[in-house]
Amino acid sequence: MTMTKGKKNLTTFLFFAIAVLMTPLFLAGNYLLNVLVFVGINTMLAIALNLLLGFAGQISLGHAAFFGLGAYISGILTTRYAVDPWFAMMLSAISVGGLAFIIGFPILKLKGHYLAMATLGFGIIMYIFFNETVALTGGPSGMSEIPNLLVGPLIFDSDMKNYFLIWGFTLFIMLLSINLSDSRIGRALRSIHDSEVAARVMGVNVSFLKVQIFSISALISAIAGSLYAHTMTFVSPASFGFNFSIELVTMVIIGGLGSIYGSFLGAAILTMLPEFLRVFQDFDIVIYGLLLILMTMFMPGGLMSGIRWLASAVSSGLRKEPD
Amino acid sequence: MEYSRQLIQYALSGLSNGAIYALIGFGFSIIYNATGIINFAQGEFVMLGGMLTIFFLTFMNMPLIPAAILAIAAATAVGITFERFAIRPLRKATPLNLVIITIGGSILIRGVAMLIWGKDTHALPSFSGNDPLYLAGATLLPQHLWIFAITLVAIIASRLFFNYSIVGKAMRACSYNRRAASLVGIDVRKMVLLSFTISSAMGSMAGIIIAPLTMTSYDVGIMLGLKGFCAAIIGGMSTGIGMVIGGLLLGILESLGAGLVSASYKDAIAFIILLVILFVRPQGIFNTSETERV
Repeated sequence: MTMTKGKKNLTTFLFFAIAVLMTPLFLAGNYLLNVLVFVGINTMLAIALNLLLGFAGQISLGHAAFFGLGAYISGILTTRYAVDPWFAMMLSAISVGGLAFIIGFPILKLKGHYLAMATLGFGIIMYIFFNETVALTGGPSGMSEIPNLLVGPLIFDSDMKNYFLIWGFTLFIMLLSINLSDSRIGRALRSIHDSEVAARVMGVNVSFLKVQIFSISALISAIAGSLYAHTMTFVSPASFGFNFSIELVTMVIIGGLGSIYGSFLGAAILTMLPEFLRVFQDFDIVIYGLLLILMTMFMPGGLMSGIRWLASAVSSGLRKEPD
Repeated sequence: MEYSRQLIQYALSGLSNGAIYALIGFGFSIIYNATGIINFAQGEFVMLGGMLTIFFLTFMNMPLIPAAILAIAAATAVGITFERFAIRPLRKATPLNLVIITIGGSILIRGVAMLIWGKDTHALPSFSGNDPLYLAGATLLPQHLWIFAITLVAIIASRLFFNYSIVGKAMRACSYNRRAASLVGIDVRKMVLLSFTISSAMGSMAGIIIAPLTMTSYDVGIMLGLKGFCAAIIGGMSTGIGMVIGGLLLGILESLGAGLVSASYKDAIAFIILLVILFVRPQGIFNTSETERV
C-alpha cells in the first residue's frame, strides 16, 4: 500500500489533469469557459513566479513585464513580419529567457527589499517602453489582429479550442514544475530559500542557480504571454502593468509559497473573483490588499497549507474517535 | 543664451521635484533605520496628504493651513494604525513577508482612496498665488519657494531631533543595534511606532506641498513613493545630507533627461538610475560597504 513520493505525486497530477480535461464537457457554450482560459494563463504565470518566489525565495515585482514581452514579441513578429505564430512563440520564449539570464546576474545579487525594488523598477521601465514605442507596439491603444495559432486545418479561435490549447500547456508546465521541485535542483533551490549562506557552504552554486530559475521563470511567463496574444488576438500595455505584477504575487501568496496546486488555486480565485464581484466594481483592488495583509498575518503558508492543516486535523480527529 | 536659460529652467524644476523626493526618501530611511523595513506603503501617505487637504478644503470649506494640518494628522493616524494592526502583530517577520504586507497596505490605502474620492485628478491651489518670479532668465513659481523652504525646515528640524533630543537619540540607538538599545532601557516597539508616525507625517507633508504643482489623484503615491525610494537608495538610506543630495541629484537628472532627451521617458529615467545604482553601488553613493552578518 505504500507509494513512493514520486508515484503519489503522479497520481495526484493525473486526477487533476483528468478533472481539467473533463470540465469543458459540462460548460459547452458557457461564458465560464472563457474565464477558465484566463485561469489557465494565470496558473502558468503564477507557477512561473512561484518557482522563483516559493522555491528559491527570490521576490519579483516585475513579472508582468516578462509576460508582456512574450505577448508583444509574438504580436510584433506575426503582424509586422508575417512570422509563423508557433515560431514567433519560440523566438519570444528564447529571447525573453535570454534577457532574464543576462539581467539576472546583476539583479539577483540583490536581496530582500532591494531585489523587490529592482524588479519593480525593471517592470515599470518595460511598461513605459510598451506605452511609448508607439511605432512598434501601437502605444497605449494597443495592437490588434494578431493571428490565432493553428495546427494544420485546426485554428484555435473558439473558447473551447483555446481551453484545450491553454490547459495543454498549463498541465505540461505543472508536470515539469512538480518534477523540478522533487529533483536535485528543487532541493537546492529550497536550501537557498532557507539560508543562502548555508546552501553555499554545502556546495550549491547559489548565484548561478538563482539566475537559472529566474530565466526559466521568465521563459514560462513569455510562453504564457505569447499564448495570451494569440488567443486574445489583441494586446495593450494595460494588461502588463505594475498592478498585474502585484496580482501575480497575490496569487502565489494566497495559494501558498512553493505549492504548484496552490498556484492554480490562487490563480483560479483571483481570476474568478472579479467575475463574481462585478456588482462591487472597483472593490477588487481593496480586496486584494486586504487578502495580502490577512494571509501574511494569519496564514503565511497560503491556502494549501491551511487545507493540509485542516485535513490532518480532521484525519487525526477521526483516528482518535474509536478509542 | 536661450540654451543656458533653458538649462537653468530644467535645473530649477528638477531641484523642486528633488526636494520632494528627498522628503519622501527621509520617510523611507527613518523607518528602515528603526526597523529594517522598506515601507512600500510610503508613497500612499504622500497621496493621502494631497488628497486629504483637498478634501478638507473643498468638502469642509476649511482654510488652507488648518486643512493641511488636519490632513497631516489624519495621514499620520493611518500610518500609526497600519503599524499597530498590520506590522506589529506579524509573527513571521521575514523580509519577504514584510515586503508583501506593506504592499498589501499600499494597495488597500490606494483602493480605499479610490472608492472615497474617485479616479479624477484634483488640483490644490498654490499657497501664495501663481505670479511667476524671474531668476537668471528662468521663471520660478512661489510654490517652488514654498517647497524649498518647507523641505529645508523639515530637514533642519529632523537633524536637531535626531542629534539633540533624547527620543531622537534613542531612535538612532535602535538603528545601530536593536537589542543593545532595548538593554539600556529603550522601548524599541515605541520607537518603531514613532518611526512610522514621523515618516507618514513627513510623507503627507511632501504630498501637500507638491500637489499645487503636479495635481494629485488616488494613484500618485506609486510613482512618488518609488522616486522617493530612488532618492533614499542614492543617499544610502541616511537621514542626513546624503539623502538631500540623493533627492536633488535624482530630480535634476530626471528633469534634464526629460528636457534634453525625451519627456515621455521621464519616469523611466528615474528607474534606470535606480537600477544602475543598485547594480553598481547598492550601499549608496556616499556610504562605504558593510559586511552582512549571518
